[in-house]
Amino acid sequence: MARVVVDVMLKPEILDPQGKAVHGALPRLGFEGVTDVRQGKRFELEVDELTDERLSEVHEIAEKLLSNPVIEDYNVYVELDEDDDLEGLA
Amino acid sequence: MKIGVVTFPGSLDDIDAVRAVGFAGGEAVPLWHDEHDLRGVDAVVLPGGFSYGDYLRCGAISRFSPVMTEVVEAARAGMPVLGICNGFQILCESHLLPGALLRNDQRKFVCRDQRLRIENTSTPWTSDYEQDAEITVVLKNGEGKYVADEATLDMLEGEGRVVARYLEVNPNGSLRDIAGITNERGNVVGLMPHPEHAVEDLCGPGTDGLAFFTSAVSALLRA
Repeated sequence: MARVVVDVMLKPEILDPQGKAVHGALPRLGFEGVTDVRQGKRFELEVDELTDERLSEVHEIAEKLLSNPVIEDYNVYVELDEDDDLEGLA
Repeated sequence: MKIGVVTFPGSLDDIDAVRAVGFAGGEAVPLWHDEHDLRGVDAVVLPGGFSYGDYLRCGAISRFSPVMTEVVEAARAGMPVLGICNGFQILCESHLLPGALLRNDQRKFVCRDQRLRIENTSTPWTSDYEQDAEITVVLKNGEGKYVADEATLDMLEGEGRVVARYLEVNPNGSLRDIAGITNERGNVVGLMPHPEHAVEDLCGPGTDGLAFFTSAVSALLRA
């Protein structure tokens, strides 16, 4: 078992009204030093084993379903435990 | 003339669309999201609502529903398809139409009688309108801001593929005031406002929306 994380964020040039709303709330809470907020999505995919094939499937899932390439970028990374065996991964 | 109206879990305006088809003189055929079956229809309406709860992104999960496999294939073969509101979002997610729909600029759900100009009357959904006809129909959306990159917007404008444009007020921040577009072939139309809520005088802002449905019925009769 392993966990692969997919982060999906709106492309930088796309206005993010939710992030703006969060940003607008910060001064009301007394936080003044934050200059911008953008909100995205984090997906945690549990996979049976960590192989190159499985990882490329996760990329495909991220591209086809989890993100919309017209408006969003995604990033895939593996979340590791100490005893994870990485042998055999490219 | 059979016009199918798809019901997804979370569709809201399917019954209104069915009534609108009937008022236009067509035979409305209910279609179910979970069936690989278009029941022999000649055209399809994807209605408004919140299919699959708008989870993930609006339209993102509906796109992969069994009925959409059939709709996408039929649309690519030239069948007239009209996506209204959530239906427009599904068409963009299906890549039948370019661009995407995002949360309204002002972050509020908008519900108003909206003035529009019909700029392309060559589609099977708009042929009963006069060129540049100005109409009023209901608009109601939370994620109705149409976006695409500059090159795509220029292409849409250059090829006359902007079907409807917002007049007076841009209610959601849509780029270039775009309210509806069509595909290259002209058979698939996506529209954020709701013509199916403007088909009888009893309720809604008049009957300006009816011509979307009479257009399809006459287009199918001609075909």
